[in-house]
Amino acid sequence: MGFSFSPLGDQAIVVEVGSEIKDTAQKDVRTISALLEASPPPWLIETIPAFTTVAVFYDPAKALYGTVKQELEELLRQTSVELTAAARTIEIPVCYGGEFGPDLEFVAEHNGLTPQQVIDIHTGGEYSVYMIGFAPGFPFIGGMSEKIAAPRRDSPRLRIPERTVGIAGMQTGVYPIETPGGWQLIGRTPLRLFRPEEEIPSLLRAGDKIVFTQITKSEYASWKEDGHAEDH
Amino acid sequence: MLKIIKGGLQTTVQDLGRTGFQKYGVIASGAMDPFAHRTANLLVGNAEQEATLEIALAGPAIEFQEPAFIAICGADLSPTIDGVSVKRWRTLSVNKGSVLKFGAPRTGCRAYIAIAGGISVAPIMNSKSTYLRAGIGGFHGRALDAGDELPIGRIADEAIEALRKASDQEVDWQIPAPRYSAEPIVRLMRGRQFDLFNSTSQQRLFTEAFSVSTDSDRMGYRLEGPQLSLTEPKELISEAVAFGSIQVPADGNPIILLADRQTTGGYPKIGQIASVDLPLATQLKPGDRIRFKEITLEEAQTLFIEQEQQIRQLKVGIRLKMEE
Repeated sequence: MGFSFSPLGDQAIVVEVGSEIKDTAQKDVRTISALLEASPPPWLIETIPAFTTVAVFYDPAKALYGTVKQELEELLRQTSVELTAAARTIEIPVCYGGEFGPDLEFVAEHNGLTPQQVIDIHTGGEYSVYMIGFAPGFPFIGGMSEKIAAPRRDSPRLRIPERTVGIAGMQTGVYPIETPGGWQLIGRTPLRLFRPEEEIPSLLRAGDKIVFTQITKSEYASWKEDGHAEDH
Repeated sequence: MLKIIKGGLQTTVQDLGRTGFQKYGVIASGAMDPFAHRTANLLVGNAEQEATLEIALAGPAIEFQEPAFIAICGADLSPTIDGVSVKRWRTLSVNKGSVLKFGAPRTGCRAYIAIAGGISVAPIMNSKSTYLRAGIGGFHGRALDAGDELPIGRIADEAIEALRKASDQEVDWQIPAPRYSAEPIVRLMRGRQFDLFNSTSQQRLFTEAFSVSTDSDRMGYRLEGPQLSLTEPKELISEAVAFGSIQVPADGNPIILLADRQTTGGYPKIGQIASVDLPLATQLKPGDRIRFKEITLEEAQTLFIEQEQQIRQLKVGIRLKMEE
């Protein structure tokens, strides 16, 4: 497979594995990250994997760009290695509509559906996490049906509560922390996606499969109370 | 213990940032001016990554409830101890009961207060840095406020002797401090998407001045000036950004991404500030102006290594002086 390399400033190099968001690119990105984690070179600081790229941050006092590039090229000859770890499947319970999903009606109307049909399509999909980025624990999720696609709001909301599930264009996602944003909000999960106290602070990881399930408001409330959200 | 009498505009606990968690989308945070942060720590015998207090423009008032050694580096925000002006970039001895205050900002925007023994707050994800947006790290995940009591670390008796010597003498440490200015020329490498911009934009980037808008904070500085545009509109796939990346949204106004930047972004990056010049940018205030000068990656890395050598020399020099 052909990779290209280019600098991201004087402390990082970007490995580009392709120019389209595809499963194969995503797999290469995960393999590269895994290889670097398994045998971290002395100059390695950290990596930021994305859809088609892995940014590798390094210490220029230990190795300059040329050396890092050469060592990465050697390391990446091993990418034919198959990832053995099976993808995890994470269930995300969502209480749809009402105060948690004020835009569910809009998404339904926009697509000529009833709110329950939107929920059925949303819970019926097979999703995968392409990357984590933008905000702590925020998943970029692929696989949503175009039948429930909806444009972003004309004017973004100033505050979207944490754990809100939304739709923007062909994407669906969950806000891990309170942020401003223009997504159409369809529900909320009791699960915390950002867990700063844990060793891996993100519930989701690139490569995970996701299943959304519908829960009632009282299930949502008890989920919070009995601490399921803490150790799910 | 430090008692905060007045919080100031935005006083936060920062270290060199939360490294290793950006792959989970966790914002790096850390000192906006890493050079000033590191130097302040070295001057009080701390490890350079120990947490300091980052203060912005309008500084706090702090009462020392125990004797301490401190150093104030970075911007000149007119620091005084018990009403008497004190120097920056050197070791200072503070008596129990003394009050550190700040006055008018003279040069720069952010100063760093290092305290010998460090700041005793619990690290989160291996860092004491405050990330305000998520309310994590530092002092309860927020900026300091009147009434807060900030615990500081203990220092060994031998260290006290050495620090006393350092604070008694008028030592010239020959610190290679950045030349802060309200209109600096900042060295810039071409960004990953530089070639997507039209030639007028590419040219104007390196020839015209931009001003820092009021819509600027630890996350990023929004610049105003010549509009920068692509040769043709292009949808980009989100990818990593870095401290000092300059991205250009569709409105044509560039944004410099700083300490609290998001981990990834989908806007084209026209440039990337050389690491050694980051303090020149992060010390700007709204209304200040900035110009860019093109530099190659090789030059930027040479400067980086030179600066690391200077800091290492400074470290050795300070240690020798304190052991004399």
